[in-house]
Amino acid sequence: MSDVTASSISALAPQLKALTVSPVDVTRACLARIEAHRSGNAFIAVRGDDAIAEARQAESEIAAGRYRSPLHGVPIAVKDLVDVAGMPTTSGSALPAYVPAHDAPVVRRLREAGAVIIGKTNLHEFAFGTTSEESAFGPVRHPIDPSRSAGGSSGGSAAALALRMCYGAIGTDTGGSIRIPAAACGIVGLKPTLGELSCEGVVPLSHTLDHVGPMALTVADAGLLYQGMKGTTIGTVAPAGGRLTFGVPGGYLQEPLDADVARALERTRAALRKAGHAVVDVSIPHAEWTADVYLHIVLPEAAWYHAPLLAAHADKYCPGVRLRLEMGRYVLAEDYVRALRLRDVLARSVEQSLAGCDVLLLAALAIPAAPIGAATVEVGGSTQPVRAAMLKLTQLFNMTGHPAISIPAGPGTDGLPRAVQLVGHRGRTDRLVEVAAAVERALR
Amino acid sequence: MSDTVASWLAGAVADAKQRGLAPLEPLLTTLAKSTAALRAADAEFRAADTAHGTARPDPASER
Repeated sequence: MSDVTASSISALAPQLKALTVSPVDVTRACLARIEAHRSGNAFIAVRGDDAIAEARQAESEIAAGRYRSPLHGVPIAVKDLVDVAGMPTTSGSALPAYVPAHDAPVVRRLREAGAVIIGKTNLHEFAFGTTSEESAFGPVRHPIDPSRSAGGSSGGSAAALALRMCYGAIGTDTGGSIRIPAAACGIVGLKPTLGELSCEGVVPLSHTLDHVGPMALTVADAGLLYQGMKGTTIGTVAPAGGRLTFGVPGGYLQEPLDADVARALERTRAALRKAGHAVVDVSIPHAEWTADVYLHIVLPEAAWYHAPLLAAHADKYCPGVRLRLEMGRYVLAEDYVRALRLRDVLARSVEQSLAGCDVLLLAALAIPAAPIGAATVEVGGSTQPVRAAMLKLTQLFNMTGHPAISIPAGPGTDGLPRAVQLVGHRGRTDRLVEVAAAVERALR
Repeated sequence: MSDTVASWLAGAVADAKQRGLAPLEPLLTTLAKSTAALRAADAEFRAADTAHGTARPDPASER
């Protein structure tokens, strides 16, 4: 790995600003790594010459004294569920793609901050899966073990970052699709507060659960990208100071866990205590309802969006994705409404558990990256469907709208990454990022 | 599984097969178990609401 692609955005930005490192060289280095790792299927489309041209323009602007932000000249990848003007939005599907005339607002804002859009990343078809295996562009392979999945649905973005093909990426998260692949691949993934970042120009999966957010190598980088996607001033992210209180939910959200995931969580608790923070046990009433409530919201909402596409192109979907969409057509309206009511109850439960805490601390993903093709996994002595095991710890916070972030917590005995998740107060994503930076520092 | 959910499942499976989607049956069976659990959770929630005096009265008593 060359030095330039090993850098974080935070470390690279001053060098780009001083032009001791050229945005063109940085972009070329990323393109070389994309080419070298093509077999992993992380990218669907690469903007080779266009990205170089954008990097040249960034270099000219910086040289002329028109430095825009710490993202100026930084190569960023975009999940191919999000519109980039002039590029097909495929959603990872063989269905006919469309070519948007405009960037999605989150992409436009990153461009305004000076970012170089390097390409579009692979995903689980229409973001409706947790492994990124069901894609018309091939399965996204894990950056450490190619026989395993990178997680999903934003698997291409996570793998691209882990293999240093870009410095940051845009992902989407309806039940954990930013945090799950981030945890599986050993990078940082941030799901902001529900509704905080515009989902305009993003192909919907479930319009009341969809979020868009950043993926990055470090918490500080995720913070910079979040600020850029939001359109606010992009400044440095400082770790939260003082004594923090972490609430650790038990029960449903802690059992069962893979043994190395449990150890990573325990290691994090110990590191936080050692750093002088308080770690307390909390409960989230009714958390055991999560999977059933989620299913009765995501299925009919996805089926609604896809109804005309299923009518015209049913045979072009990946078989598993098509069946899940068809399943949504059988959910009764009264059960959808029941789920919406219970979603409000769960939101109050999470609020209650957060009272007196800065954040909640739990695992991000109950298992390590799953083997490609696996339908079930062993977790804590029980056999579970891969999809259910992967969604279990993240989907609750899509329903409640609380911001959540996945942070690497070191490898397991198998060498695969493990991760913890922090959940913050609604509307306080910026604070969550600061606390996450403190946790990241404590784990070093 | 309640009779209501079981009858819904039977209808859904028959419809799926008629549409050439027989592979949906195991997924619908899983969904039916989840629907039963959702309805049980809803009943628990309504019972708790009633116990706290916050539930709406029976619609029949308003007429």
